[in-house]
Amino acid sequence: MPVLLVKANSQPRWLFPFVTAVAFTFCAVPLLRLLQAGLASIVKGDAARIVLDPGVWTAAYNSLSTSFLGMIVSVLIGSFFALALTLADIRGKWLLSFLFMLPTMIPPQVTALSWVGMSGPSSPLLKALGLAPPLGSPQPLYSTAGIALLFGVQHAPLVYLTLRAGLLALPRDGIEAARLSGASSMRVLTDIILPLSLPGLIAGAAIAFVSGIGNFGIPAILGIPASIYTLPTLIYSRLASFGSGTFGEIAILSGMIAVIAVGGISIQERALRGRDYRVIGLSGGAATFRLGVLRPFVEAALWLLLFIMLIAPFLALLAASLVPAYGVGLSFKSASFSAYEEILFRQTVTRTAFSNSLFLATTTSLGLLVIGVLTAYALTRGMNRFAALLSVMIEIPYALPGIVISVAFVLVFAAPMPVIGVTIYGTIWIILAAYFSSFLAVGLKPIISAFRQLDPALEESARLSGAGFYRRLADIIVPLIAPAAGASVILVFLISCNELTVSALLWSVGTQTLGVAIYNLDDSGSYDLAAALSVLVVAMVATLMLLLEFMAIRLPRGVVPWRN
Amino acid sequence: MAKLILRELLKDYGTGKPAVSDLSLEVREGGFLALLGPSGCGKTTVLRMIAGFEAPSGGSILLGERLLAGASGIVPPERRNMAMVFQSYALWPHMSVADNVGYPLKVRGFSGERYREKVYEALAAVRLEPYADRRPADLSGGQRQRVALARCLVTDPDVVLLDEPLANLDRHLRQEMEETFREFHARSGATMVYVTHDQSEAMALATDVAVMSEGRLLQVASPAEIYARPEGRPVGSLIGQGAILSLPYDPGAPRALDWPAMKAAFAALQTDQHPRADILVRPQDVHIDTDGLAVTVESVTFEGERYALRLRLADGQMLRSHSCAPVRPQERLNVVIRSSWRL
Repeated sequence: MPVLLVKANSQPRWLFPFVTAVAFTFCAVPLLRLLQAGLASIVKGDAARIVLDPGVWTAAYNSLSTSFLGMIVSVLIGSFFALALTLADIRGKWLLSFLFMLPTMIPPQVTALSWVGMSGPSSPLLKALGLAPPLGSPQPLYSTAGIALLFGVQHAPLVYLTLRAGLLALPRDGIEAARLSGASSMRVLTDIILPLSLPGLIAGAAIAFVSGIGNFGIPAILGIPASIYTLPTLIYSRLASFGSGTFGEIAILSGMIAVIAVGGISIQERALRGRDYRVIGLSGGAATFRLGVLRPFVEAALWLLLFIMLIAPFLALLAASLVPAYGVGLSFKSASFSAYEEILFRQTVTRTAFSNSLFLATTTSLGLLVIGVLTAYALTRGMNRFAALLSVMIEIPYALPGIVISVAFVLVFAAPMPVIGVTIYGTIWIILAAYFSSFLAVGLKPIISAFRQLDPALEESARLSGAGFYRRLADIIVPLIAPAAGASVILVFLISCNELTVSALLWSVGTQTLGVAIYNLDDSGSYDLAAALSVLVVAMVATLMLLLEFMAIRLPRGVVPWRN
Repeated sequence: MAKLILRELLKDYGTGKPAVSDLSLEVREGGFLALLGPSGCGKTTVLRMIAGFEAPSGGSILLGERLLAGASGIVPPERRNMAMVFQSYALWPHMSVADNVGYPLKVRGFSGERYREKVYEALAAVRLEPYADRRPADLSGGQRQRVALARCLVTDPDVVLLDEPLANLDRHLRQEMEETFREFHARSGATMVYVTHDQSEAMALATDVAVMSEGRLLQVASPAEIYARPEGRPVGSLIGQGAILSLPYDPGAPRALDWPAMKAAFAALQTDQHPRADILVRPQDVHIDTDGLAVTVESVTFEGERYALRLRLADGQMLRSHSCAPVRPQERLNVVIRSSWRL
């Protein structure tokens, strides 16, 4: 009787090599190229020129100072919201937390635009209300303080999330024991809760700082008009002027960003290490403090903050998008949809941007779904000793600021590709490749957590039933991870559709994305059109986030990034 | 169908100590083998190697003439024609009960009337026909177990593997399911391998019991044989709730001891004329009798129909016994040991 013998493995032979090759191409190659270019320019002596360039030092100083101040703002706002919404008996928690998390998914350039529309002499909102400062007075946000403030607003949800995760993991019985020992609510807060949640706060602060360092949209809108450059916007403007030695220079600049980012991330990792208190005692959000007479005041403070951070800027944006012409005051009579008509039906630039972004987002989200399912399978099922290395390789590009990734892709693809001799620089494919690299980790995370939740016996019993790899994938695995896979697709779509940092460096005529279009419209003075486009983007973000919110009950924990 | 043969099976995860070593075992065609051992003894690893989920590091597995695993590689589980009942049942939550049961048939290309007929037959065998369209989530633990069994039944597998299938059920349900398993074995005629750490389960169900400890096979025999003639201390401590005494005993003397032999062994404690041996004493063989050994009652547990006693001998060794009448702790008694077994 003939016997068919194979090596013992549940996965086809090609799977692990394929996944490794994908991760290597999209994640390792660009970063290695960046490293090589940076080192080469140091060897050539370009480094000395950069070190002596005062512009570089000003930008580095601006980056550090705005990120640091922004971090402080984020920590103040984020921890207020986290403590209030996690521990206190606030009414309307769901709505408050959903609205508070909205800014995480709203592209930073839209945040910046909306704040510009809310302040300054030409604000349509202030004009309509008769509150606008006199013409000619400076726009107060076009400053390092303005950039720092908006960093703070944009990244406050990140602090909120990490701190809230820490608060939810607090041992509930520990808190109850402290109360039985006679401690008042205030004592419990200062003696038990704050010390235990300090690591979460440090981690959140580190994430907020790193996000500020890598942020491109806010300093691009607020800094460039006032000639205030941070490291990412400096890279952008240097690449635009494209002098000799540009590549070496931007490699070193993005290396600086990467080093700062890695420093911040390692602080965060260290703060979070071994910090899962859930093993010690029961945890749960039930440690509710009764605020009593203070409650209306705390609630009012939360809503007021939300109004200033989110609602008022959005109203300003909406107002700006409805004015008939830039600079004209807005009233019910003069409101018009001409800006929307313009961007949706007349301007080819915005229509191209829409189709480009939709194409990029769809392709990225579906492509990463396929890659994500295969990678998650290889990582969770295979006992391969390279699995750990592979997951690190995938994590790095996500952890690094987007600007570093795009510089790396510029460096890899500026010259024609070896062997095939095709160049994708200046085409939409380079943006697509950079998206695959940047968002692979985002798309993978929900799928991996679904795989981890899956009882391996479910697949094993299918194997014993006689089903081969593809059959199991189609009949058992994909249906079971479908909710998480759906969330992954929506998330990647959401992020890549609104993305500016990566495409700002990689776009060229005909391949502009929505993010680039918004930025360019504002840059060329069409604030009303930029505002209209931004309103559409915000509407899309809110819709997709609501969709995920409703899916959340069917998803494994941690899949929807703004819930925990 | 054929004999399942494990030859010098070895599994080493590279932890320094092999999980399974030098395990040779034959399960006769249509036999029902219980792999019995404490948790972590490697019994589940053996089961997973038989299924093909793990590749042996050495040795081979054969089903009759057919080599399933050996030095040259392994036949993947999907081509072994085996079936398994998992501890977690492993029912697919997105499929109905009928789809779960029918899946192995579907993979094998069955469809239409023959498919429905076979699924119905399998469901009828476990009395679950009314539940065909339900989801596994809507079923009770015992019903899920029966769905998993029906899924095993449906394709007439050569070997059926059961991985602690009763571990998640309550005591009442266990007895009912044991009955179902026995029925299932008789009906299907499949060779069955049943992993458990519960000796009474193994005794009640299997035609053969294989006792494992620390990755090694200690003894294979019928339940009656293994109960009456356990080999070595680990087997003795696992089978029946006996106490093991360490007494001087002539290694050449018969292994079954009666009361005079026991008395002699206790007497020899003073002289130590023989090396010590492990002697297994079962509680039902210890009787309260004024002619016997002096013991002190260490603890008394009321079990409903009787009292379970722990007794301390003069030299500090412990015995177990039963008593119909209540006894007080620290009470002094005399007991005789009617029979015992040198391990």
